[in-house]
Amino acid sequence: MSLRDSLFNWDGMANSLFGPLDPAPNAGYDDPPARKGFFTDTSICIGCKACEVACKEWNDVPENVFAMLGTSYDNSHSLNANQWRHVAFIEKPAKATPPVDLGMPTLGAAPNDVPEEEKPDFQWLMSSDVCKHCTHAACLDVCPTGSLFRSEFGTVVVQDDICNGCGYCVAACPYGVIDRRRGPDGDPSVGIAQKCTLCYDRLTDGQRPACAQACPTESILFGDVEELRRTANDRVARLHEQGVMDARLYGNDPDDGVGGTGAFFLLLDEPEVYGLPPDPVVTTKDLPTMYRRAGAAALALLAGAAVSFVGRRP
Amino acid sequence: MTGPEQRTDTDRATDAPQQSGARHRGSPARDSIVPEADFESYYGRPIVKPAPWEHDIAYYMFTGGVAAGSAILGAGADLTERPGLRRTSRLGSAVALVLSMFFLIKDLGKPSRFLNMLRVAKPTSPMSVGTWLLSLHGPFSALASAAEVAGLLPSRWQRGPIGLALRLGRPAGIAAAVTAPPVAAYTAVLLSDTATPAWHSAHEELPFVFCGSAAAASGGLGLIGAPLGESGPARAFAIGGAVVDLVAEHRMEQSMGISAETLHQGSAGRWMQASKGLMVLGATGALLGRRSRAVSIASGAALMAGSLCTRIGVFEAGIASANDPKYVVVPQRERVARGEAVRHSG
Ligand code: SF4
Ligand code: SF4
Repeated sequence: MSLRDSLFNWDGMANSLFGPLDPAPNAGYDDPPARKGFFTDTSICIGCKACEVACKEWNDVPENVFAMLGTSYDNSHSLNANQWRHVAFIEKPAKATPPVDLGMPTLGAAPNDVPEEEKPDFQWLMSSDVCKHCTHAACLDVCPTGSLFRSEFGTVVVQDDICNGCGYCVAACPYGVIDRRRGPDGDPSVGIAQKCTLCYDRLTDGQRPACAQACPTESILFGDVEELRRTANDRVARLHEQGVMDARLYGNDPDDGVGGTGAFFLLLDEPEVYGLPPDPVVTTKDLPTMYRRAGAAALALLAGAAVSFVGRRP
Repeated sequence: MTGPEQRTDTDRATDAPQQSGARHRGSPARDSIVPEADFESYYGRPIVKPAPWEHDIAYYMFTGGVAAGSAILGAGADLTERPGLRRTSRLGSAVALVLSMFFLIKDLGKPSRFLNMLRVAKPTSPMSVGTWLLSLHGPFSALASAAEVAGLLPSRWQRGPIGLALRLGRPAGIAAAVTAPPVAAYTAVLLSDTATPAWHSAHEELPFVFCGSAAAASGGLGLIGAPLGESGPARAFAIGGAVVDLVAEHRMEQSMGISAETLHQGSAGRWMQASKGLMVLGATGALLGRRSRAVSIASGAALMAGSLCTRIGVFEAGIASANDPKYVVVPQRERVARGEAVRHSG
């Protein structure tokens, strides 16, 4: 594409900014491997944090800045530069109406003799969150240095030797994933944007990412995105059959606002309960409009100045 | 919960508000112009991350606006033989540009990081586009002001390279004026091309707010520096800019939805209030005080200050909107409820 086309022919680029797409071929890889990703099934997550630990160990991610929040068992706060996997713990009032009993095999604890009034009146939801490796990754779109790139596996990776710490990707990510590293002192990558690479180094070596390898319940599945989507659909259908009507997929739809994510989830409640945006849209979808409006404003500025001089003699 | 405006420090990842339970009712909003929203969130913690930028970025946008507007005024003054206005605008433009680069580099950490951005040209990154725009505009602006300085030297020195600079003043000034408007406008795209609710939802009007603000500030500078007899165009430019700023800001608030609240609350609210007051005051003074040098100077200063307040106010509103999950969840939920879920069609 010529410079002129890439600057002005937004229509030709429309699909590069929004809509369903296979990211690696779109980024120019000639014969890339199948797109890789995660399917995180939160219905079987036990909150053991093995993924958090495995990720830190393999990727040499420093300890998070330690601070107890005192609100729940979540002591790792959020996804950020020092936390590439984050297990959310949600404690909330139990559902008033239990799922319909269809006489099917039950999910979770087996039926027991505990009288209703002695059962806890709250429920726990746990979910291991991670960078979504969006089809349309806002972080990658806005990075001015080209430090963020699309890998041959369709994932999004930061090159910390190129990043200049401008922080633009931080504000652009609709999921609040990427951040600049804040500590510890002396770490050469302080101030540099960091996030999950989907263990790019392990992938090129034919291995699974560390978190998926470590997860004892197989809540984190790694594989070809196409196949994971099928697995996810089967799993939701099965949960629905079992009466768990709250089970839903999040991020799997290639027609959604970010073109579907490479890492998607099975949730048991609304996304926002887990700290996820309900229906995010990649910011660059509106970029053509933004440039057009800015162009109009710029012309108005020039015209306004010209008018200010017209008809006035010094 | 801790008000969002109290959480605008850089230490955000760890200072999430203390809140029990996942059910979360929207924080009571003072001066709310939208009914209070019910929504759920993860312990009230932010969903998107606020831009990790300091006020430097607001100063950068302000000085960039002054530089761009003054470059245009300077060329106009040059072509219409207004030496006083030309001198103020050309020198003001160059000084503002230097300050603007200073604030940008201060935020980036070191000069080499600015150069690092020139390793690629990426139309999908407004920051990359802006870096190239500045690199295109800067040398012309510098040459025009060099010519201005050369003109101040004794005439026996105005030979050789100095004489050349003098002759290049006009073409360089015109080139600077032509490349200036995008410099003023792109900062709006820079902010709105983010997931920050208050910035993104303002993307239609923000360029007009910022260009109006740039005209008000640079016109204001002209009023301060140019003699009364030459300041007519600067006066018109400044008044027009202030009007555009105020009108576009009003329309922006109408179209932003719930995140417009953040322009009325906390410190962002105070900056925006100040900006409106100063713009009205400055424009009125510029309109009525055209015979008084003192009133002109005061109005010019008010307009410049108003422009600075607009930038800081918009900047802070964005940070506040990113810190409160309400501004992420509620608009997206409402959009889905309206049946407008963002889906790719065809
Ligand atoms: S989730 Fe955020 S950081 Fe990850 S690819 Fe998407 S935009 Fe980038
Ligand atoms: S912080 Fe680094 S990775 Fe993020 S946009 Fe800036 S240069 Fe790119």
